[in-house]
Amino acid sequence: MVTDREISTSDVFFAMLRRDIRVARRELPFFLLRTAMQPLLLMVVFGFLMPRMGVMQKGYTATLLPGVLALSLALSSVQSVALPMVAQFGFSKEIEDRLLSPIPTHLVALELIVAGTIQGVLAGLFVLPCGRLIMGAIPGLALSNLPHIVGITILGAATFSALGLLIGCAISPQQIGLMFSSIIGPMIFFGCTYYPWMALDKVPFMKYAVLVNPLVYVAEGMRGAITPNVPHMDPLVVAVVLVVLLTIFWHFGRRAFLKRAIS
Amino acid sequence: MIETRALRKVYAAPSPRRGPPSRLGPVASAPSANLPRTSGGIAALDGLDLQVSEGEFFGLLGPNGAGKTTTIGILTTRVHATSGEAFVAGHNVATQDVDVRRRIGVVPQRPNPDRSLNVIENLAYHGAYFGIAMAEAERRGADKATAKVEDLSGGQQQRLMIARALLHEPRVIFLDEPTVGLDPQARLALWDVLRALHREGRTIVMTTHYMQEADELCDRLAIVDRGKLLACDSPTALRRQAPGATLIDLTLEGNVVAAAERCRGVEGVSRVDVAGADLRAHSDRGGEAIPALIRAAEDAGARVQNINLSKPSLETLFISLTGRKLD
Repeated sequence: MVTDREISTSDVFFAMLRRDIRVARRELPFFLLRTAMQPLLLMVVFGFLMPRMGVMQKGYTATLLPGVLALSLALSSVQSVALPMVAQFGFSKEIEDRLLSPIPTHLVALELIVAGTIQGVLAGLFVLPCGRLIMGAIPGLALSNLPHIVGITILGAATFSALGLLIGCAISPQQIGLMFSSIIGPMIFFGCTYYPWMALDKVPFMKYAVLVNPLVYVAEGMRGAITPNVPHMDPLVVAVVLVVLLTIFWHFGRRAFLKRAIS
Repeated sequence: MIETRALRKVYAAPSPRRGPPSRLGPVASAPSANLPRTSGGIAALDGLDLQVSEGEFFGLLGPNGAGKTTTIGILTTRVHATSGEAFVAGHNVATQDVDVRRRIGVVPQRPNPDRSLNVIENLAYHGAYFGIAMAEAERRGADKATAKVEDLSGGQQQRLMIARALLHEPRVIFLDEPTVGLDPQARLALWDVLRALHREGRTIVMTTHYMQEADELCDRLAIVDRGKLLACDSPTALRRQAPGATLIDLTLEGNVVAAAERCRGVEGVSRVDVAGADLRAHSDRGGEAIPALIRAAEDAGARVQNINLSKPSLETLFISLTGRKLD
């Protein structure tokens, strides 16, 4: 009379992914505004206005574009995982319906990271042509090495989505503002977004201090992929470090998630 | 269908931000005052043994902080037991959580709809998590289908939660205080729904702190307090266990202790307790003892402000077991 329904884990996983994509699609204008506004303003000021004023060299846009791409990728990934999680664990509890679905709990966390990665990649895809429009022709821009570009984009977005999971589990709703001023702010300014890492030779202390910042590797990796003429870190080093960071963030993010999900 | 063995749950000493189980919501830290403190923290459950048969309508009755929500949390795989074991539909909740979740539906204490989705999407995606085709789930939707969930009233949200919990036709349905916040009409309507589910042969576990609700609906009731099982039987059998006495509460002004001493001598009164300004007499002769009790209290120099009489019932059993009222 009462029968059990069979469903595979992957079906549940993809149902959750569809849910996140539907929500993201509905909120697309807000999503783009939230994640692309800052990168676009940066490009207008540093890539359009200042070169025309003669404050910046013309070729600077080739350094700036990959940095800004990395920034929008990282910001949108980290926010699209962390922000909803803070609210859903903190007060609305709406994540409980997914936690009570027939799927191992850590896969709910993995699904959030996959959804965050997709949103990070989308933000990058949106900002790239905008950058070209705002800043004009970028000297040395090479979009032909597709596997390299796709690889660094996905790896960077995944790493920051996993960081978003960790942050989203660790902070309470009251601390969201604090997260932006104390984590995201310094990360942007010391993330080699506006300057290549090699240029920090002049300040050796900074050159090594910024290596704790995950954004450095995404920005440098992006330079290696789309503007290889700008001095950049070895892509292999970038890839290895990002994989290590992704593993670490996933390990601790997953643990923090399970702790919040099952008391 | 459901079994727990020596279930214990100890929460780390309170950090108010992460209090007991999430569904307790904003009052999370309040119950801790009533709970036994152990060296390592606060014991919400203290060796709970329960057995619920298939098709049974089972009620967990107890005051706030009794451990009801923690019990539901463990049985629905959302809370780790500190020790002991629990099985739902033949599966261990700790090691076979996915198998358990596949077979249960949960109505939370506070509505937790997916606020990013509208009403029908809430149902459709919930169905999708359980292998029901989206189109079928959408067909089962009712009016207000495309309304945003925040535009629903509290009662409508609660109904949405119930519809969601039933959508995948679970074997076992858990309801945590489902009628709190519902108006009387909605409460009766929910009772009808629950009776219908019971007739279909589904196992239902419901927590409540409404005596009447427990009495009307449940096949069997467990009375829990401070994480312990105090009694477990059918409502009728429990009523028989109630002390034969009628409880007479006198609210006094003056020396309550002296008054209690005198009242103990009144004929037909088997026991007299003092709780603050209240004097509680167990009368074997119903309300007949009232005049004698008033005289005895006045002789001791106290003045009677108020009188309350409770006939033998689940309520009086509860009071005699726990020493306190339900709400």
